Amino acid sequence: MSLKIVVLAKQVPDTRNVGKDAMTPQGTVNRSALPAIFNPEDLNALEQALRLKDQNPGTTVTVVTMGPPRATEIIREAMYRGADGGVLLTSRAFAGADTLATSYALSMAIRKIGIPDLVIGGRQAIDGDTAQVGPQVAEKLGLNQVTYVNNINSCDGKEITVTRHIDGGVEVVKAPMPIMLTVNGDADPCRPRNAKLVMTYKRAMTPIERPKDGEVPHKEQYEKHPFLNITQWTEADVNADLSQCGLAGSPTKVKAVENIVFKTKESKRLGTSDDEINGLIQELLANHTIG
Amino acid sequence: MANYYTDKPELRFHLNNELMHKIVALREGDFSEAAEYPYAPLDYDDAVDNYDRLLDIVGDITANVIAPNSESVDAEGPHLKNGRVTYAAGTQENLRTMVSAGMNGLTMPRRYGGLNIPITVYTIANEIVSAGDASFENIWSLQDCIETLYEFGSEEQRKKYIPRVCAGETMSMDLTEPDAGSDLQSVMLHASYSEKDGCWLLNGVKRFITNGDSDIHLVLARSEEGTHDGRGLSMFIYDKRNGGVNVRRIENKLGIHGSPTCELVYKNAHAELCGDRRLGLIKYVMALMNGARLGIAAQSVGISQAAYDAALSYATDRRQFGKPIIEMPAVYNILSTMKAKLDAGRALLYETSRYVDIYKSYDDIARSRKLTPEERQESKKYSRLADCFTPLAKGMNSEYANQNSYDGIQIHGGSGFMLEYPCQRYYRDARITSIYEGTTQLQTVAAIRYVTNGTYMGVIREMLAAPVQPAYEPLKARIAAMADKTDAAVAAVKAAGSQEFHDLHARSLYEMTADTVMALLLLRDASQAPELFDKSLRVYLNYAEAEVARHASLVAAAGVDDIALYVQAPAKAEEE
Repeated sequence: MSLKIVVLAKQVPDTRNVGKDAMTPQGTVNRSALPAIFNPEDLNALEQALRLKDQNPGTTVTVVTMGPPRATEIIREAMYRGADGGVLLTSRAFAGADTLATSYALSMAIRKIGIPDLVIGGRQAIDGDTAQVGPQVAEKLGLNQVTYVNNINSCDGKEITVTRHIDGGVEVVKAPMPIMLTVNGDADPCRPRNAKLVMTYKRAMTPIERPKDGEVPHKEQYEKHPFLNITQWTEADVNADLSQCGLAGSPTKVKAVENIVFKTKESKRLGTSDDEINGLIQELLANHTIG
Repeated sequence: MANYYTDKPELRFHLNNELMHKIVALREGDFSEAAEYPYAPLDYDDAVDNYDRLLDIVGDITANVIAPNSESVDAEGPHLKNGRVTYAAGTQENLRTMVSAGMNGLTMPRRYGGLNIPITVYTIANEIVSAGDASFENIWSLQDCIETLYEFGSEEQRKKYIPRVCAGETMSMDLTEPDAGSDLQSVMLHASYSEKDGCWLLNGVKRFITNGDSDIHLVLARSEEGTHDGRGLSMFIYDKRNGGVNVRRIENKLGIHGSPTCELVYKNAHAELCGDRRLGLIKYVMALMNGARLGIAAQSVGISQAAYDAALSYATDRRQFGKPIIEMPAVYNILSTMKAKLDAGRALLYETSRYVDIYKSYDDIARSRKLTPEERQESKKYSRLADCFTPLAKGMNSEYANQNSYDGIQIHGGSGFMLEYPCQRYYRDARITSIYEGTTQLQTVAAIRYVTNGTYMGVIREMLAAPVQPAYEPLKARIAAMADKTDAAVAAVKAAGSQEFHDLHARSLYEMTADTVMALLLLRDASQAPELFDKSLRVYLNYAEAEVARHASLVAAAGVDDIALYVQAPAKAEEE
């Protein structure tokens, strides 16, 4: 059984190790100060997809991402790990998209590819932290969805069984396919880049990455190896309605960004004697903070 | 994110050495393999870019998987159950990750599943992995045993085993026995051909076998009934899938805890002869050992780097007397010497690996066509250089790894003696490097004839003739003086005409030679990249000059008549 799998992925600023210059004075993210990385939970999702590919020869894994030209990097990164190829959705019309406009654009791209057996992505991106795009894509495509997935336990092409994270434990869910899954950071980490695949795909690029003037080095390779040409689509390529794309299609308006500073409200100073510590423990047990 | 390759610009410098042009040309020829394999390079720059990207992956995995696992691997170690070894959980993860990254059988030709990576690039990878966890480096780097199988095995054996190694199966070389350590001529493991089974049967015991429960073993055994020396030994391939070899025990060691050192019992183990009978020790194991010695040199440099990094970081953070201890002369004196030895040893390591690359590439070309007389001559030249540099690289780097890890603990003071800091692991792990694959004393034996017959001095004089930037001329003059001192000491020892005297001072002559060679290599590297090596060159030269003087003094002080002073006799047992 071979499967068609689409992995949704996003290139994000690395917000995990934020320095002083991470924010601009205007309160927006200073993208130049933060390295652009493959959104971590999308890597967890990619691993789940690649495992299905390992188990089911003939399976194709296609990465779909929306972003600026440099977001092609994460398509290559995915290919270095075993993905077959990808699609970059890029155009001015897509800029400034909130989750609604993003999921619209992604869903139109998936329609263009053809509804696959499985659409899978990370639970959320580390820049926006909304966890909305995956579920909205599922809604727009009319697919079933299971969120917070830790592991795909089995999949026969018709039904899929997954373990998902819930408060205080896990839940095993069986669902019919096609389906959309969003994957948690608790899922197994993605496999490393593979040396042979890196050597094979390092030249792969989207048309927009080609040098404006001058030749691409080893031009003949792009004719010889079609996989070196990464697909790039605009809103027109995916038949998208302009009013639903980018800023125009985004009802979310950011009014202001504020730093949240936690303040001490009902603080109490304790001594270091055993009695006082015991007292605190009893109190915390009584109000079920611990125990 | 941390990366053990890109964080160390010295490594990329060595990757881009000018000899790499020759190496790539020999290995890739006219780059015609690109027609068949999309991952084969198209030209020189493409090839080096491939190597660079490969090392980037190794550096990433080492920083983010191997190094973080190293403490738990050291604490847990491998397990033995029913004659089979299971690695520590962290080792298993390391291996899984490296296999998944395609880091096995790297140097093998593409037609068997390899990446045709030069030995030098593989050696850099080796150094990187060792800096993360020397015990894992043992297991992973035993993949280079496949070189020997490729060189001397039949085409059938190559097709059978090389793809398996490229897919991640591990290897071991089963040489040592309880009564055959440094003296491998005494190997007694019994090999007899069984007409009934249509294969060789191995019986006996091997000891101290690194990764002894590997998938594919190269085994040294006595195939010639009634012989007692090296000429009765042959090399065999034992495939674990056939069964017949069990692990009797895993040794409890001072260091490299993650690496299972095994005692093996062979009971009618089915094996294949590799190459010709009787050439097992004198040809194949010598080749195997030369590869392994380069591996240990890389492992040593990795440990030296790890020890230096840990010491540097501790000295930066630790404050005493109101300031970071790194600002104190007594501390930076140690640190700068560690770094100088690291850079000097590394220069020697990669100079050696490049020589190995060139002669092995010629050997490989010679398997498919006749070499031209010029090629033959060059092949011979580099083969000889590899032979004479390998024992220098292994001996000196393993001693430096010990010295650096000792100094690394010293920088940590009392904390270094506690088991919380990794510096103590580097110290324990380093200790084996100057012992296995031939002790430093045996490296001296392997090198000394090149000392006395002038081979090294020829290389040294050639290097002294090469131009350096004007600022380095005075340094070059000092190195020339070191060479003269070494020459004089060698002449004096030779003039004495006593083999025992010669052996007594061999280590001194060996070190004088190595110090001079390393100073010259650093001089060359610093001329090209002063921003990386100028300090190390100057500090190393000060150190090496003093070392050469010290050895010259030792050689001059103890004459032939003094041998008796050094001879030790067993303590007399008390009469009952």
